[in-house]
Amino acid sequence: MKYQDIIHRCFRCGYCKFTSDYYDFNCPSYRKFGFETYAPGGRMWLIQAWLNGEIKNSERFQEILFSCATCANCVEHCVFTFSDDLVNIFIAAREEMVNKGIIPPPVRDYLKNINTSGNPYKEPANERGKWADGTSIPAYDGHEYLFYIGCVGSYDERAKKIARTVGNVLIEAGVSLGILSNRETCDGNEVRSLGEIGLFQFLAEQNVTLFKELRVKKIITLDPHAFNTFTQDYPSLGGEFEIYHYTQVLAPLIQSKKLSLKDREAKITFHDPCYLGRHNGEYEAPRKILESIPGFSLIEMDQTRENALCCGGGGGNFFTDILGGGEDSPNRIRVRQALDSGAQIIAVACPQCAKMLEDAVKAEEVGHKIEVLDVAEIVVRPLA
Amino acid sequence: MSDITLSLAQIVGEQYVSNKAEEAYFYARDPGLMPAHKPDYVVVPETVEEVQKIVRLASKKKMPIVPMGAGMSLTGLTIPLKGGIVIDMKRMNKVLEVHEKARYVIVEGGTSHGLLKACLEKNYPRLRHSVPDSPATSTIAANVMIHGQGRLTQQYGFNSDMVAGLEVVLPSGELCKIGSCSLSPEWFSKGAPLPDLSGLFLGWFGATGIITKVALKLYPRKKMRDVEIFVTDREDLVPDMVYELTHTEMVEDINIFAQPLPVIFKDNHHITLFITGDTDEELEFKRKMIWDSLDGFIKSKDGGFMSLPPVMKPTLLEMPQRSVSRFADVRKGGGFEYSGPIIAVEKYPECSRKIMELASQYDLAYSAMARIIGRSHCMMFGFAFTFNRADPDMMERTRKALQEVAEFALAAGGVYWKPTVDEQRMAIERMDPNTRNLMKMIKTNLDPQGIMNPGNWEVH
Repeated sequence: MKYQDIIHRCFRCGYCKFTSDYYDFNCPSYRKFGFETYAPGGRMWLIQAWLNGEIKNSERFQEILFSCATCANCVEHCVFTFSDDLVNIFIAAREEMVNKGIIPPPVRDYLKNINTSGNPYKEPANERGKWADGTSIPAYDGHEYLFYIGCVGSYDERAKKIARTVGNVLIEAGVSLGILSNRETCDGNEVRSLGEIGLFQFLAEQNVTLFKELRVKKIITLDPHAFNTFTQDYPSLGGEFEIYHYTQVLAPLIQSKKLSLKDREAKITFHDPCYLGRHNGEYEAPRKILESIPGFSLIEMDQTRENALCCGGGGGNFFTDILGGGEDSPNRIRVRQALDSGAQIIAVACPQCAKMLEDAVKAEEVGHKIEVLDVAEIVVRPLA
Repeated sequence: MSDITLSLAQIVGEQYVSNKAEEAYFYARDPGLMPAHKPDYVVVPETVEEVQKIVRLASKKKMPIVPMGAGMSLTGLTIPLKGGIVIDMKRMNKVLEVHEKARYVIVEGGTSHGLLKACLEKNYPRLRHSVPDSPATSTIAANVMIHGQGRLTQQYGFNSDMVAGLEVVLPSGELCKIGSCSLSPEWFSKGAPLPDLSGLFLGWFGATGIITKVALKLYPRKKMRDVEIFVTDREDLVPDMVYELTHTEMVEDINIFAQPLPVIFKDNHHITLFITGDTDEELEFKRKMIWDSLDGFIKSKDGGFMSLPPVMKPTLLEMPQRSVSRFADVRKGGGFEYSGPIIAVEKYPECSRKIMELASQYDLAYSAMARIIGRSHCMMFGFAFTFNRADPDMMERTRKALQEVAEFALAAGGVYWKPTVDEQRMAIERMDPNTRNLMKMIKTNLDPQGIMNPGNWEVH
């Protein structure tokens, strides 16, 4: 297995599961399950035991491995020199399990659906672009930017609204962009994080070929997950493009008053998406947007930026739901953290986070106290 | 589902009980070198009542119980030597009450040092507790249970000396309050002026009861902290230097480290001195007192203050010092263990020579680290060796070196700190017979079935 020379070096000291100030445990699966085995140190020791033949690939072992949200809290807080590789190690172990064909059924189903339909919902590929119906968002035709949506924004009802809002706002601000519509296919970030590296490479190469064919130079992504894989993984597969998350394009436009905004009072807190923040170091762009809206006061949760608690949707868990359910699920904890901050709105910049946190608001029965809105939706509300 | 699994699930909820191979593997071992032994069950309770019910169930079934915090003793104290139920206490992690003016805090039995530190810094910036250098996940209850030490140990003694009250689940399942809290709403004293019953639990590693609440004394937190290092190559003079330093009563904490790398550190002893103050004047006054106290050694050219590189200060000032955990990867192998006898400061030269001798004999990377306890009343001398988990031969050599440390420490008048079961046996054998009998009486009366962390502090 890749990284086999590192795995035994974990001392299981546990810094990896904290925030940097030790205010709280911040590993989503550890928060949910409570056993050390579900924390990064537990995974490291169990992977080593599995490779040594001391434990078997059981349902429990699969749950432990696939409940990792790949949120990179451990990467941020581990004290050892191999910290950067922690998530990669967990993905490599998943890859071994995928290669042996012994994985949790929801993971298998997700991967099969991507393979057969190009999306996890088993929806027809020729309906991928339907989300844009009724908007003025054009098909890509040599525009300055390709606006890449991803599977969630293309098919999930809540996320489709976000996709439309982001597209409309960018166009209103004068951005030249177009979409692939039905020609778009999965970016593969979750496929990679679930360990199906062969399928990921296929998807990535397919995308790179199409982008090059269309002479795409710059890409705006709706979803931080796509942003991550385009930035981190595609270059080594020949896909070198200028990649932006939509907040990175919108922030300077708002600051330069390309959009005029009305005054509206509200207390907002921002939930950092792991694949924008910890994985790619972008903490400022969404905040710059929110801070530019007159009347809004941006308040931070105790667990913010590199210490933000993941919504629990990363690493494929949005689709497999291994981390979901119960009071200790990370999305519900995150909503309680947001309530503690005194915010009335949780701002998000990721369609997966939006859905995860909205589900949690319902489960916590606090819809009368707090709502979840994408940054672009917040911008639209006070548009002049 | 077995009867016991079902019963445990009824107590803590199905999600928080495991008899699976994965938990059995993980909870069978700690990061040290002690042999693994699997538990039959692992549970993660959330309330005192749940702990009581688990203990009553175990008592009924005559099944061993092992309470566990972060499991970082490194000497196998949470390894279930006779199987049974491991109770992972870390879901009980709340800071319950902070009594600001009386300077004490009440925490649940699984609350980590990290959480308490963060809570105080955020809400009570003028208060602090004695943070140990074990990882931030280490729990307060476990730390006082093993008589841990921390950043305030030179001033106030072992961290267990800072306990101001306990709540304990007895082996019968009954809940017992220890200290002033047994008859007052205030938790300001663990004993005095009553008979001090905390000794029935502190230092027993859970063999007499499970701590579910701890009241811990808090201390003034000054606005500023700084660190100085006095370096000497005269190990024989270290006790005198410490004597002078402790006389000033100006130092927050005194640690001494010696290690072979980097090469500029070799054969030197680094007396690390932490100072605090609310103003620059206070800090400078303390610094001057400290410098003055060592002036004679500077003039005789037996030592001097080292100028600290900018990267080194933040590392040293961290609480806990994460660099301590990093020692585990010096050999790129994720392992370290140390024997840390509590011993007279005068024995520093012997201890120092011994660790170097053992490191050479067994070809091991070492770090000597001593922490002064009280005003030079004694010290913890850590004989620390790092090893590679993927190298069984190196692990065996480390075991042998630590066995030699155990023999050396007793011969030098030391007393084991958080001893392995083998060291416990050696200590019991050497102990005054009447003391041994008293320990046996206490254990037998409190835990007649021998279900509490069996194998530990067993007097036969």
